[in-house]
Amino acid sequence: MTTPQATASANQPARGATASEDTASTGKVATPLFAAPRKAVIVGGNRIPFARSGGAYAHSSNQDMLTAALDGLVARFGLADEEIGEVAAGAVLKHSRDFNLTREAVLGSALSATTPAYDLQQACATGMEAVIGLSNKIKLGQIDSAIAGGVDSASDAPIAVSEGLRAILLDLNRAKTMGQKVKIISRIRPKDLSPDAPSTGEPRTGLSMGEHQALTTAQWNITRQAQDELALASHKNLAAAYDRHFFDDLITPFRGLNRDSNMRADSSLEKLAKLKPAFGKSLGDAATMTAGNSTPLTDGASTVLLASEEWAAARDLPILADVLDGEAAAVDFVHGKDGLLMAPAFAVPRLLARNGLTLADIDYFEIHEAFAGTVLSTLAAWEDEEFGQTRLGLDGAFGSIDRAKLNVNGSSLAAGHPFAATGGRLVASLAKMLHERGPVDGRPARGLISVCAAGGQGVVAILEGR
Amino acid sequence: MSPQNKQNSQNKSSALHEKTDKYTEFVSRGFGKDLAKRLGLPQPAVLRRYTPNGPLVQGPILVLGQGAGADAVAQVLLDWHQDVRRHATPKEKLGAIVAVLDELEHPDQLSTPMLALGAALRDLNKNARVVTVSRVASISDAPAVAAARNGVDGIVRSLAKELRAGATANGILLANDIAAQAPSAVAALRFFLSARSAFVDGQFLTASSAGSTTAPDWDKPLNGSVAVVTGAARGIGASIARTLARDGATVLVVDVPAAGDHLAAVANEIHGTALQLDITSLDAGERILEHAISRYGRLDIVVHNAGITRDKLLANMDAAKWDSVIAVNIASQLRMNEAFLASSDFANNPRIISVASTSGIAGNRGQSNYAASKAGVMGMVRSTAPLLSERGGTVNAVAPGFIETDMTAKIPFATREVARRLNSLQQGGKPSDVAEAIAFFAQPQAAGVTANVLRVCGQNMVGQ
Repeated sequence: MTTPQATASANQPARGATASEDTASTGKVATPLFAAPRKAVIVGGNRIPFARSGGAYAHSSNQDMLTAALDGLVARFGLADEEIGEVAAGAVLKHSRDFNLTREAVLGSALSATTPAYDLQQACATGMEAVIGLSNKIKLGQIDSAIAGGVDSASDAPIAVSEGLRAILLDLNRAKTMGQKVKIISRIRPKDLSPDAPSTGEPRTGLSMGEHQALTTAQWNITRQAQDELALASHKNLAAAYDRHFFDDLITPFRGLNRDSNMRADSSLEKLAKLKPAFGKSLGDAATMTAGNSTPLTDGASTVLLASEEWAAARDLPILADVLDGEAAAVDFVHGKDGLLMAPAFAVPRLLARNGLTLADIDYFEIHEAFAGTVLSTLAAWEDEEFGQTRLGLDGAFGSIDRAKLNVNGSSLAAGHPFAATGGRLVASLAKMLHERGPVDGRPARGLISVCAAGGQGVVAILEGR
Repeated sequence: MSPQNKQNSQNKSSALHEKTDKYTEFVSRGFGKDLAKRLGLPQPAVLRRYTPNGPLVQGPILVLGQGAGADAVAQVLLDWHQDVRRHATPKEKLGAIVAVLDELEHPDQLSTPMLALGAALRDLNKNARVVTVSRVASISDAPAVAAARNGVDGIVRSLAKELRAGATANGILLANDIAAQAPSAVAALRFFLSARSAFVDGQFLTASSAGSTTAPDWDKPLNGSVAVVTGAARGIGASIARTLARDGATVLVVDVPAAGDHLAAVANEIHGTALQLDITSLDAGERILEHAISRYGRLDIVVHNAGITRDKLLANMDAAKWDSVIAVNIASQLRMNEAFLASSDFANNPRIISVASTSGIAGNRGQSNYAASKAGVMGMVRSTAPLLSERGGTVNAVAPGFIETDMTAKIPFATREVARRLNSLQQGGKPSDVAEAIAFFAQPQAAGVTANVLRVCGQNMVGQ
């Protein structure tokens, strides 16, 4: 990506070379061609409690979990046998047999069998992209209702045969005579029999996500203490939200689990401080990332019901929030220009600028806690003058946020992070928070969601409460 | 078919075919039947259960009694296209006998109809029905009148114990100014005659006012109404939700968040909605109302089914066990009813039906807390009745005896076997038996039936 040009006007960050030409001519980045003909609203959501991998859902498939999340949503909004405009969901860790995962889940659910569905995949931003894409279809009038979702199982992950064995088996399938078959089988060596398990390693760097973030965390000088404090707040906030029944209409139990199994309501800074570093060990004493301030491998599924205002009104369904706008960004982490998970630091300024907003106009921030270091590095980048000037093309720092508005009902460090399911969790929870908040200074309450993803990507969105 | 899909269809089929206990199955045919007969073992019948479009009764109905009431009842039955007899034909099998005794003034007058009834008993079909129609005995009656009227009570309860092969005896009590063919009396008659009352035996329903005059839809009596059922995730509550939906109601099912997955399955099966809610929360009534009104624009029927047991001898009772049972089983109902009664949206012939328990009538060792809550429910029902009559509504309770549920399946085998045989029908009831009684109280035609506590217990040997 080209560095944004200095010609970009203040607080109107540019999107690469092409975009900055637009900027010069229109004063805006990626100006929409026309105003959306109608609004896309969030009716509500449903997820199953998230379970640490190998736990309550150890023997549940992605399809089982996504179907359960759909059925809970259908029951909450009385949609049994309803035909929904479209259902879009995905999984990051996905079996090849699940090529039609979402459609299969729909067929196994209480929805009408005439509900179309498609799979999508954008790493940890899968759920966010499902919400944004379907909202756009609603805004365009292509569909009136939609369910966005995501699911992931680290427990039931696909394991592939080795590349060597795969080549031999394919050759065997093509062999015609017994002689050819025997000859091909004789090529199998013991090393071919060891399976390939999936990893969260980046294909282009070989580094795991945690190792990547450890470098970013160190780069932005994020302390161990700050990360542990964020992790603790996540657990305390999530537990408090459960205690005030916040999740009663957002979660449906599954396989005997009622609450996110990763949540530690009794966690403390002392307990978190005792954990040994898990990532960035090469940094020696500078290693700060532990199992406590990083998300664990998690199983779970989430869904969000989206609709046009008319569709929701015709069914007397609630409207919690509007899906105002969304934006994706990517960074060149391969050459070390930016940290792997720093794309939202670029996406958010662009998104806010397009909508004429600043950080001060946002009432709730949902910044996905892939690692405590990710959230803190992003905030640090926004507060950094040099980053603002050289990377965002602003006059100075992008800005800082009121931490009291950040992840107020807990986030992924406490709830866990079943990759593709996190977007749906964030959107449904934030929509409810905005609805409960009501208008702020005579305008709708606004919330910002930021989700980082593998491959150096990030997807962010703005919701407005009703 | 995905595993999830298979599970769904299993749930659906088990909902439709609740199991008869193994012993009853064994002694109902072939070798088992022969063996039980020779050994003098109990031979419970496989009871006929209600299916839409099934016959009301299995065979002709004999109407006994000479007065205008008897003629009117016979006419009602003829209007239902039943095969009506005013005199018994020896050897002809009967589906039911209705003894209309609304003009009794002296115990001497019991002899003729009762002897005629007795002579016809041998001709009853399996799962036949005997229903009496008489008047409420009260202290304002002349002594002879009260004696005659109360005599019917003894007759029905004894006859219920005498009948075999799934046959039951129940009675309708008319208030003084109510005719035998008044809508509420007719609704009660239809309920007792039908297979809806399969596990109701030796019981009375009181018609205190005439009730609705709108034309009844007996197949979909609850069409257009909106009902809420608490504790609906499984067992009796789930069955109530299914039964109300079958009868035409739109059903909002409620249970604690922890039971949400089972609740969702019930909601989706009956095309209702699920509300995960702890009914002990202070605003439970308001939240139910808000949900019903915002989604459906009305609330007509409230079924308080949610309940818990925390059994302990009173000598060993602790505050947690006592208080939680009172909080869930009765205090929550009182608080929710206050919210419902304060709402102008719950004013159009509303119905409240509470699930009580025979433990609340006869008491049960180790259940002082539970019995307190369930007897409390009955007290609440009686004193809430006038508040509901003001708005054309009713409030009633159903007291189940031994019902075959997941909960009673956990009782040790021997205890369970004894408990389920200790009634006139010699078997446990099904959740649907309780549900049918509740659906009856919810019917528009039952508008004159209020402040009743109807036992669904197969005439359990203990209590009234």
